[in-house]
Amino acid sequence: MTAAADRESIGKRLVIRPDLGWHLLDLRDLWRYHELVLFLMWRDISVRYKQTVLGAAWAIIQPFFTMVVFSVFFGRLAGVPSDGLPYPVWSYCALLPWQLFAFSLTEAGNSLVANQNLITKVYFPRLAIPLAATLAGLFDFAIAFIVLLVLMVYYGIKPTAAVWLLPLLLAIALAAALGAGLWCAALNVQYRDVRYALPFLAQIWLFLTPIAYPSSLVPAAWRWLYGLNPMVGVVEGFRWSLLGLGEAPVTLMLLASASSLVLLVTGVLFFERMERSFADVI
Amino acid sequence: MSEPVISVRRLGKRYRLGAGGPRYKTLRDSLAQAFRPRRWMADQPSGLNEAALLWALREVSFDVSTGEVVGVIGRNGAGKSTLLKILTRITPPTEGEVELCGRVGSLLEVGTGFHPELTGRENIYLNGAVLGMLRREVQARFDEIVDFAEIERFIDTPVKHYSSGMYMRLAFAVAAHLEPEILLVDEVLAVGDTEFQKKCLGKMDAVARTGRTVLFVSHNMAAIQQLCSRGVVLEQGHLTFDGSVEAAINYYVAANRGLSTLSALDARPDRQGNGSLRFTQVRLTDDLGRPIELILSGQNTRFIFQYEAPQALAEARVNIAFNVSNSRGILLTNLNSKDAGRMLMPIGRAGQFECCWPKFNLRAGQYTCTLFCEINGVIADWIQSAFSFTVEDGDYFGTGSLIERSQGDVLVDYEWSYQLEEQA
Repeated sequence: MTAAADRESIGKRLVIRPDLGWHLLDLRDLWRYHELVLFLMWRDISVRYKQTVLGAAWAIIQPFFTMVVFSVFFGRLAGVPSDGLPYPVWSYCALLPWQLFAFSLTEAGNSLVANQNLITKVYFPRLAIPLAATLAGLFDFAIAFIVLLVLMVYYGIKPTAAVWLLPLLLAIALAAALGAGLWCAALNVQYRDVRYALPFLAQIWLFLTPIAYPSSLVPAAWRWLYGLNPMVGVVEGFRWSLLGLGEAPVTLMLLASASSLVLLVTGVLFFERMERSFADVI
Repeated sequence: MSEPVISVRRLGKRYRLGAGGPRYKTLRDSLAQAFRPRRWMADQPSGLNEAALLWALREVSFDVSTGEVVGVIGRNGAGKSTLLKILTRITPPTEGEVELCGRVGSLLEVGTGFHPELTGRENIYLNGAVLGMLRREVQARFDEIVDFAEIERFIDTPVKHYSSGMYMRLAFAVAAHLEPEILLVDEVLAVGDTEFQKKCLGKMDAVARTGRTVLFVSHNMAAIQQLCSRGVVLEQGHLTFDGSVEAAINYYVAANRGLSTLSALDARPDRQGNGSLRFTQVRLTDDLGRPIELILSGQNTRFIFQYEAPQALAEARVNIAFNVSNSRGILLTNLNSKDAGRMLMPIGRAGQFECCWPKFNLRAGQYTCTLFCEINGVIADWIQSAFSFTVEDGDYFGTGSLIERSQGDVLVDYEWSYQLEEQA
């Protein structure tokens, strides 16, 4: 008998009952499967660029060429202001967390449907799937981050002392992506419309985030509403801590933390509410 | 009696039928019903008519104690898979509850979570994690798993390049090494070649021997008979029998008597012959005359052919024959009264011929028969594919040994002996 089986079985009785509506996340159960989350994440990452010629270079190509297009059309032709910084590095710095967010959101939203063979055949906390899909986005982020460092060296920009806030900003972006992703994933099980709505949602969200334009363009009266988009605070935070742009966007970052937390909590609650019916409906 | 490790209490599971609504709802559908109460759950009955609901399981209760090996027997759709899905927590019950004591492992569908792009080695770890194993547990058994699956050479090849046999072997190997206290098995015997099936059965036997609890679902009566000590029978979602495995199998076979083996022939237009006799019905019974629906190999079986004739004959030379083809259309044998030396028979206005086939010696499968009758040298009635019957593997040899699949259709009563040429 294995140690793990012993540990789990001693005095452990599991009772299976009909679904009784809302319940809280069983963190212990999720922790028991933390290795599964890591394995799924590792699978998502290692499979993503299999049978491609460029491989992980895609993680750089996407944000980089988006940046080039933005620089040419918005920066050069449209003359969009970039807070006094070189447009390329200014927009790339925002594209980084944005790509992480958009990618994680899309992947998480489609993750349950993509893994239906797992859901209908094996038990594990279903949260593991969108969670792994969200976290797998960090790999691409890390690769694309290198390009930012190169750009910063090229333009001679030094990061500020506030760089230590980056992990926190990343956490906010991931929490927002996971929260929205959980909503989408759970809805996607029943309504496949979500699959088509997701890219659209990501596109709209992109324009609601100050990536191609500075947030200073938004009228001050509407800032608070604008700031409810957690990615506004994240993007401004990135520019402030990495590129040393202006004042610390404290209000925006606090708003972002709050709204991403709300997204995450409601997402988890909704997901848990739907979780047990997934195998029957998917 | 020790504490039960599985305790099922008045378990029920209700599904909505496809007819009640589309399986995949779209947002547009939902908008159309925006003013009706929302129904998120698959099994919330509010506002649904009862006809659209199906109870896959209802009022099922039983206990299983440590070390018991229980066979779950039932026809397709009897609720066997639903029961296993609830026990493995894949789907929640609608009512009742289950208490489980110990880690549950399932061989429901082997190979779930395999990714074609990943190598055998990577998939072993991934699949292990999916099945709830820790990394170091997989590590500790890694060689054993590879050995069991017989894929040493291909362990670092992506599984998309595997043959389906290799794929299934690897998948089963991972699941088989999970070592849970409670093992749920669903028809894994259909996996792989004969050699490997034997290995799997051996593994399950070994699991059972170490005092762990096994719940085994199968259509293979011989396997159930060999592995299980106790059997429960599910019929249309209800548990209708619980007892020793022999009694359960007997009950199952008896319960399936007379359901649909009656093949009515009077309406068949596709027949030849002059009509001096016409078959009206075929049925199967056991040697006590009780109707049966499926034949267990090894069972004494009677084929009864009812007929009508326009005029009675006091004595006629009757050659009544039926031949048996397997599901691949290969003719296996012909049973006729001429060869059996029984030709002179009276014919009534109505009557029946009976053919006794002792110790039925065909393997599990579906067989089709052509029926033929010749009276005084003239074909009276001849119906191609007149009827078919189903055979399931039984304990043909009376030794409890499992009849291997894919080793032909026919079973033969034989004995082995030996002689020594030279004494040591």
